[in-house]
Amino acid sequence: MCPNMRAFFLVFCVAGTREIKQVELTGADIFVRCLAEQGVEHLFGYPGGAVLPIYDALYQQDKVQHVLVRHEQAATHAADGYARSTGKPGVVLVTSGPGATNAVTGIATAYMDSIPLVVFTGQVPTALIGNDAFQEVDSVGITRPCVKHNFLVKDVKDLATTIKKAFYVATTGRPGPVVVDIPKDVSVARAEYHYPKRITMRSYNPVSKGHPRQIKKAVDLMLTAKRPIIYTGGGVILSNASRALTELTRLLEFPITNTLMGLGAYPATDRQFLGMLGMHGTYEANMGMHNCDVLIAIGARFDDRVTGNVEKFCPTAKIIHVDIDPASISKNVKVDVPIVGPVDQVLKEMIKVFKESEAKPDAAALKAWWKQIEEWRGMDCLKYDRDSERIKPQHVLETLYKVTKGDAFVTSDVGQHQMWAAQFYKFDKPNRWINSGGLGTMGFGLPAAMGVQFAHPGEQVACVTGEGSIQMCIQELSTCRQYGLPLKIINLNNGYLGMVRQWQQFFYDGRYAMSYMESLPDFVKLAEAYGHVGMQITRPEDVEPALKKAFKMKDKLVFMDFLTDPAENVYPMIPAGAGQNEMILV
Amino acid sequence: MRHIISILMENEAGALSRVAGLFSARGYNIESLTVAPTEDESLSRMTLVTNGTDEVIEQITKQLNKLIDVVKLMDMHEGPHIEREMMLIKVRAMGPAREEVKRLSDIFRGRIIDVTETMFTIEVTGTSSKLDAFVEAIAEADIIEVVRSGVTGIARGEKALRV
Ligand SMILES: Cc1cc2nc3c(=O)[nH]c(=O)nc-3n(C[C@H](O)[C@H](O)[C@H](O)COP(=O)(O)OP(=O)(O)OC[C@H]3O[C@@H](n4cnc5c(N)ncnc54)[C@H](O)[C@@H]3O)c2cc1C
Ligand SMILES: Cc1ncc(C[n+]2csc(CCOP(=O)(O)OP(=O)(O)O)c2C)c(N)n1
Ligand SMILES: [Mg+2]
Repeated sequence: MCPNMRAFFLVFCVAGTREIKQVELTGADIFVRCLAEQGVEHLFGYPGGAVLPIYDALYQQDKVQHVLVRHEQAATHAADGYARSTGKPGVVLVTSGPGATNAVTGIATAYMDSIPLVVFTGQVPTALIGNDAFQEVDSVGITRPCVKHNFLVKDVKDLATTIKKAFYVATTGRPGPVVVDIPKDVSVARAEYHYPKRITMRSYNPVSKGHPRQIKKAVDLMLTAKRPIIYTGGGVILSNASRALTELTRLLEFPITNTLMGLGAYPATDRQFLGMLGMHGTYEANMGMHNCDVLIAIGARFDDRVTGNVEKFCPTAKIIHVDIDPASISKNVKVDVPIVGPVDQVLKEMIKVFKESEAKPDAAALKAWWKQIEEWRGMDCLKYDRDSERIKPQHVLETLYKVTKGDAFVTSDVGQHQMWAAQFYKFDKPNRWINSGGLGTMGFGLPAAMGVQFAHPGEQVACVTGEGSIQMCIQELSTCRQYGLPLKIINLNNGYLGMVRQWQQFFYDGRYAMSYMESLPDFVKLAEAYGHVGMQITRPEDVEPALKKAFKMKDKLVFMDFLTDPAENVYPMIPAGAGQNEMILV
Repeated sequence: MRHIISILMENEAGALSRVAGLFSARGYNIESLTVAPTEDESLSRMTLVTNGTDEVIEQITKQLNKLIDVVKLMDMHEGPHIEREMMLIKVRAMGPAREEVKRLSDIFRGRIIDVTETMFTIEVTGTSSKLDAFVEAIAEADIIEVVRSGVTGIARGEKALRV
């Protein structure tokens, strides 16, 4: 234990009294103590003037490992990947001004997908706030629209309680990022240290149970269904409810589809799973939605990429919706049976009510429904040209699935490659598919993969990316080198901002404005320059051997540059404004 | 429809901007907004007048409730309630118009609180529509300045918005 840490635990008795008084600590030391007590193992960050006292305190302890990224955006994405893959909050430390503004993209990314982060930003000393001081920005103001909550700590006496509140708010209810802005003088000032074990806030009381009457009503409605479908989202994963979801779905024998954020919550290799729904979802999932009579929505938020045109959405369905956030319910689509509560608790209660009930689902109707679904499934909507001379991105992902035995953590960037990864990598477990859905942040994949690898040192972590996206946080290859992160980067290099090109082809008569990527770097040499292994793969027959070889290099980061068919598009596709039954097929 | 929403919130710096920010970010209307501390100085009470369809109002109340600083809120239209707004209005009135202004002010139970040879400053309290009606009625006279406090409201009877 280093000297400073020992000081932390020093208490002394005031002579003559039995009162025990604690040593006063600096704000910076309090910060470090709180994090250690909170069980934070990794802190992703980047230093600067306003946080120098905190870095000094970090230097003198060994409980919390600080990970030095190369750009603050990456710190937030790494913490985010850490959170998504563990269910624990991701923690970030950046300096004031540009440090804080650089972090904003990552904060907004986490906000849109309800990911628990606690982001500490340094601030200029309290006396200078509002003076346009050096490296001053109003971090609380700038982040307000993209955080669950934020705090400015003005007095060192409030620091520990505020940190406790930040973790509490970030991780409970509908999770989300919380920013804590700490002025430099607060880090230097001293106060007695006390980290509360528990905290209550009169203005914040997340729901812990769904209403029993609503749950009963929902189960009754499910039992009358003739063409039911279960539509689940990220909330199931956030609520750690995969097991309950799987049990209920199997009991009911209903078909199930997951949103992009919900993949892995139900085993993708199971027969009852119809694949992803929505804009690039499968034919069977979208047709199942459009034609259902009872829709059971669980931890999903009826995003416009899922519903398409809401006027045409599920025209014949009665809708049940389970969500912890009342504001998610009846926001985009009016529902019939709302249930506000945590998915896990509500599903367990549903299972209980269902088991106690005399009634059973309508077997004959279900049989007919499944027959219809199998017909849709027979369309094989994800088919692609397997005999092509060029590498098909779908082929790379199918092979990745095979080589990793479906057991890797897969992060992705944003674009066509993201959709193919979602369609072709079959996730049987939750917390393994890590991508930016709500904000769609290019640059997310690599730093997120770093966070995942820190949380799961021995596991296979793949980052599926494109030549456009990877260049948005490419500098993190240096971080990977420093910490020896053996990521496998799957660069589906089509020479285009492919998702943009696809829209231009479909909706702008092929006017490819700024969607062609010129002057690409030699990714192999680039990987090597950072001290990693680079590979370029140009022929379909080399895909599998290359992937095998890469995954055998257990302690090396391998950057695999796959030159894929530049003309390939993502199918099926629901054009914006169309109904779920109006898909463009291959 | 027009709704009066009363909000009890933590009396913290920035609480007001969270509410204002929510309305601008989500494109909701604010007709008026007033805020002041309550008898419990850790709480402020805000009264907000907005309008929208039932669906929009439902989202507004849900989104407001979601703000961490919001302790409790009430849509006044859920039950009988009293609405009050105060207006100070300065009018130029000379000659026979002076009598007319005084008469109108009486009708609206206004109080003349400042007088010069050519001006009256009148205080009127009531619902917003009563204040609108007064402004309309006095339009003949020369209105120099109008200040309105924004609407406040309180539920009738036993019902109360408190922690
Ligand atoms: C290029 C691109 C294409 C896309 N195409 C598609 C597509 O084809 N299909 C698709 O599905 N998406 C697609 N998306 C993603 C889309 O934009 C949305 O991010 C996604 O659909 C939202 O998923 P979700 O409904 O599961 O909600 P999430 O954002 O995961 O929200 C989770 C919901 O669960 C609730 N919740 C959280 N915790 C709990 C809990 N403990 N208990 C109960 N409820 C809880 C939350 O309140 C929230 O309502 C695409 C994104 C990109 C970038
Ligand atoms: C930061 C950011 N800027 C712009 C976009 C818009 N956008 C979405 S997909 C895409 C193209 C991505 O290209 P690439 O990474 O090569 O992936 P591909 O679609 O080719 O697989 C763009 C520009 C975005 N999502 N994020
Ligand atoms: Mg590309």
